[in-house]
Amino acid sequence: MLRSLKPQTLKWIAFLAASAPLMWLILDTFGIAGGSLGANPVEALLHRAGWWGLMLLLVTLAVTPVRELTGMAALIQIRRLVGLYAFFYVVLHVLVYTILDQRMALGPILEDIVERPYITVGLAAFVLLIPLAVTSTNASRRRLKARWNQLHKLVYPIGVLGVWHYWWQVKQDITVPLILAAILCALLGYRYANWLKRRRRRAARAQHAS
Amino acid sequence: MTRRRLDAHRPSTITAESVYFDRRRLLRAAGLAAGGLAASACGADDVAAVKSASAPPPSSGDGKFAQLKQSPFSTSQAPNSFEDITTYNNYYEFGTGKADPARNARNFQPLPWSVRVSGECEKPGTYTYEDIVGPHAFEERVYRLRCVEAWAMVVPWVGIPMADLLKRFMPTSKARYVVFQTLLDRDRMPGLRRPVLNWPYTEGLTIAEAMNPLTLMATGIYGKPLLPQNGAPLRLVVPWKYGFKSIKGIVDIAFSEKRPVTSWEEAAPSEYGFYANVNPEVDHPRWSQARHREIGAGLFDDKVPTEMFNGYGEHVADLYRDLDLRRNF
Repeated sequence: MLRSLKPQTLKWIAFLAASAPLMWLILDTFGIAGGSLGANPVEALLHRAGWWGLMLLLVTLAVTPVRELTGMAALIQIRRLVGLYAFFYVVLHVLVYTILDQRMALGPILEDIVERPYITVGLAAFVLLIPLAVTSTNASRRRLKARWNQLHKLVYPIGVLGVWHYWWQVKQDITVPLILAAILCALLGYRYANWLKRRRRRAARAQHAS
Repeated sequence: MTRRRLDAHRPSTITAESVYFDRRRLLRAAGLAAGGLAASACGADDVAAVKSASAPPPSSGDGKFAQLKQSPFSTSQAPNSFEDITTYNNYYEFGTGKADPARNARNFQPLPWSVRVSGECEKPGTYTYEDIVGPHAFEERVYRLRCVEAWAMVVPWVGIPMADLLKRFMPTSKARYVVFQTLLDRDRMPGLRRPVLNWPYTEGLTIAEAMNPLTLMATGIYGKPLLPQNGAPLRLVVPWKYGFKSIKGIVDIAFSEKRPVTSWEEAAPSEYGFYANVNPEVDHPRWSQARHREIGAGLFDDKVPTEMFNGYGEHVADLYRDLDLRRNF
């Protein structure tokens, strides 16, 4: 049934699913429909935006493996949308940190970046995401040609940095970061296995030709 | 999901808070505050002066503490709402999320409760909750609570001075430390099923810290018995130390000659020390302790500077005269 979904329908589903956390955040922030951010609203906004950024980043990384394993070719249509939403939540996370948490005080922010490794790692992930978001348009893709694919492989180290950033800020209970790390390993491992397979095939072909 | 449960609590919450503010205003108006404060200050370690509680301790979650003594140690800062105090908790025995304890401890019945007292003292034994609190007058103490995670609350505790309680067990001269442990009951505390910390949760104080007039064995909040997520029925409160020192659900008190290894110290010795005094100059390895966020503040409120010993230096700084607080964090 899923396989027969039209690309346009799929895009709508992805759009609604990816915006749901934002809607939920808005309801809770403004106390609509009984929503609330709880006792520590700044922390709640910060953590929730970061969490959804990381979640959607992992979903983006899952698109290709799921597409290849299930044969749902249309899935590729939602990769950019989900990736841009991941970037959106990460930007929100960075804005909450800079404006609400640190009140744009440059000194403490620089201290955090230099002295707290988990902040350094998180900042690196954010900075690396920027060129990917900027070059996400069709025009960019056409202009950059093969280099576009190379550039967008940056999403692999970004995934690693993102999970690492999350792991390092957890106080003691590493269950959830461990699960995310396992998912990331599976997603990157799938690509590594594919790469090995392709290399072997290429080597065999080269041998055959000679 | 959480909202519905909170709403269920709301009517009692509002009553408690309004009664609370009302009483304080009445006291002030009557000019009783100043006189009462002086009297209880000099009687703090005089066990004979502590009248036995005229009302038996409340036995259900609905009972209220009668005749609360006001304390000179109370801050004039406005306490946090009952809702904030009872929904934003660190109590890993009930889960590691801040909202987990309120959810997972909902059906936890603290009473009957007993505490094992052992070690270097002349009156070891097993005491029920009623034995523990029976001879003491309950006091209300509004304390600041500063968590090691860089947030803080103001909590109107009800409790008894720890020194008065510990003296009843007659610690010997060998008792240099007091070691506390939390209940370890896997059936009633779902968080224990995962080895997040080396259970049971263990905390400790030097005997001087335990006997300090600020140190409280808390039994309630806002004039009512503690809710399970806040450590019912008995918990420690040491307001000049990071919150994790104020161990909840105490079932074991041991007087010891040796310093115990506390749970957080064991889990991450580079991050959490035995003393864990609030200290803005010694950062946690992963975050700054110079400032903290006040619970109850709005989205656009700034953090506030953290004070040495959480502002209780005049009562406790002497305890650490000869201690390098940078190394003994």
